[in-house]
Amino acid sequence: MSILIGKSTRVLVQGITGKEGGYHAQQCMRYSQEFAGGGGAVVAGVTPGKGGAKLEGAIEKVPVFNTVAQAVAGTGANASLVFVPPAFAADAILESVDAGVPIVVCITEGIPVRDMVYVKRHLEGASAVLIGPNCPGVITPGGCKMGIMPGHIHKEGSIGVISKSGTLTYEVVAQLTAQGLGQTTCVGIGGDPIIGTMYIDLIRRFQADPATEAIIMIGEIGGAAEQDAARWAQKNVTKPMVGFIAGQTAPKGRRMGHAGAIISGGEGTAAEKMRVMTECGIHVTQSPAEMGLTMARALGRA
Amino acid sequence: MNIHEYQGKELFRKYGVAVPRGGVASAPEEAERVAKELGGAVVVKAQIHAGGRGKGGGVKLAKTPAEARQAASQIIGMTLVTHQTGPQGRLVKKVWVEEASQIERELYLGIVLDRAAGRPTLMASTAGGMDIEEVAAKTPEKLLKVAVDPALGIWPSTARRVAYGLGLSGELAGEGVKFVTNLYRFYSEMDCSLVEINPLVQTLDGRILALDAKVNFDDNALYRHPDVAALRDLDEEEPLEVEASRHHLNYIKLDGSVGCMVNGAGLAMATMDIIKLAGASPANFLDVGGGASREMVESAFRILMSDKAVRAVLINIFGGILRCDVLAQGVVDAVKTVNVNVPIVIRMEGTNVEKGREILKTSGLDFTVADGMGDAAAKVVAALSR
Repeated sequence: MSILIGKSTRVLVQGITGKEGGYHAQQCMRYSQEFAGGGGAVVAGVTPGKGGAKLEGAIEKVPVFNTVAQAVAGTGANASLVFVPPAFAADAILESVDAGVPIVVCITEGIPVRDMVYVKRHLEGASAVLIGPNCPGVITPGGCKMGIMPGHIHKEGSIGVISKSGTLTYEVVAQLTAQGLGQTTCVGIGGDPIIGTMYIDLIRRFQADPATEAIIMIGEIGGAAEQDAARWAQKNVTKPMVGFIAGQTAPKGRRMGHAGAIISGGEGTAAEKMRVMTECGIHVTQSPAEMGLTMARALGRA
Repeated sequence: MNIHEYQGKELFRKYGVAVPRGGVASAPEEAERVAKELGGAVVVKAQIHAGGRGKGGGVKLAKTPAEARQAASQIIGMTLVTHQTGPQGRLVKKVWVEEASQIERELYLGIVLDRAAGRPTLMASTAGGMDIEEVAAKTPEKLLKVAVDPALGIWPSTARRVAYGLGLSGELAGEGVKFVTNLYRFYSEMDCSLVEINPLVQTLDGRILALDAKVNFDDNALYRHPDVAALRDLDEEEPLEVEASRHHLNYIKLDGSVGCMVNGAGLAMATMDIIKLAGASPANFLDVGGGASREMVESAFRILMSDKAVRAVLINIFGGILRCDVLAQGVVDAVKTVNVNVPIVIRMEGTNVEKGREILKTSGLDFTVADGMGDAAAKVVAALSR
């Protein structure tokens, strides 16, 4: 078991004829072939105006459509991976949501915040789940890779991973794998001020997933999502949780790479987040080198 | 992106958001001329991207044009130190000269994004002129928050809640509704990430005016507003950060001695954290991004090394899209061309890590290779004390 995606996921890639979309669609396809026995494969591509285009390499047999609705009708795709440039990415997400695609993962970095405000509003009452934007994507090891993460560092197992960051997610996954702790599903939720899915919804899914034994959440300075999640988890989660917040040394008022990572006033500091998480019973580590070790300890395996 | 108060006020005026009459001046004579045109008493305000200008001596009242000239001559060219500039302060190049307002009440009005709700939120308070974070913390009942449904935009009923919340009545309430509505339109249409007016004033002659204008724009949306992008004042930014942004690198200068170069913002912050935990301080935040090329790595290294406070370098790369061999080649090339006389610790993991290590080893250059983040931090701190 896992959350969001797995072997039965049929991925469509929006922006598949672009350089990045094409490259990563191939990588996802290779992961499906090497690690998932052909499950969780890329089944369709969408680029408006390029319907019928021929692709190359691992995705040479993948058909390209002009619209998401056509791709869904033609291939039974049930998840969309978005690699569309920032100016058009919000529109691409809306297209998938309106075509009834249940899982939409948006990798694109640099989408205007106002566009995402409209997307978020449109998602209210819709059944689709949006992960991202500005995220590495989602992977269920041995099941399905929908994103830009290096697949080989992951291992099938029982830890649920939720993180705001890209490479820091790889770091925590590598540390878990080195401890012999595999993962059910790893979700990069994205570092933007407005993202489709925040921690709580994912923690709820991991809590309900029988294969997930423990949950690790990696946060960043800025906003109050980690605190909200910790308070919610205290009441609703019975599985062990580990946490880390990046940006303990970040100066106030500066944007630390991610548009969301900015401390304003006293709110959103790493110290504040870590304090609330600890109070809520989460095993918090101050050292980013000990995220995997802290999980092993929390499970009594170190 | 930030802009100056005078630029914010000029944009406000275009959107029908009331501001005092005024003009910008970069020389004392110009300030005198503006004051003469305005007639009566004026306020001369230093234009830098930082708050707390009044306390630092950057805001002066002048009763006559001659006094305005004198005030401007004191302010222009001064290095203004406020709680937001840091101890080194900021050189003042321009002043904004505006008519002095007869203030009856000082209010506060701001628009920010409520991230959790995903909605722009109007914030209003009758406690104007004060630090709004303090008002929110100590007297939250004095801070009115009204979320706007982005699908609906602002309607008169929403604006009325804010206007009456600010204690405006009669004709002034109508003025307030107009003010709030126009400000929201400005915030939304111009892709602002923050608009803050502190203080917003009610004048003795019955007007509502923005006495200050703090405006931040969403960098991601600047492509839609070339006129706004043109307002960027590079003098207000750290030169190394400007240079970095030219190479599509994300660099923020800090005051420690360990320079770091990392791929990914989260990992970059975590690397700063572990340097601190190991007992040293990071000299910078530097994210070379997911898909950095060899040239970008080289530029990043150059920028890193031009900070004279750097006494050791820690490179931490988790290869995903950015492959370790590309990184290694970039570093080797950079070290050969840039004059490097500090120890370099490199930690690499992920895609093509063996190839990367091989390139470092055969380069004949003196790198310390680390295994894992903890080891890397310990090694760079040890290198510092050598």
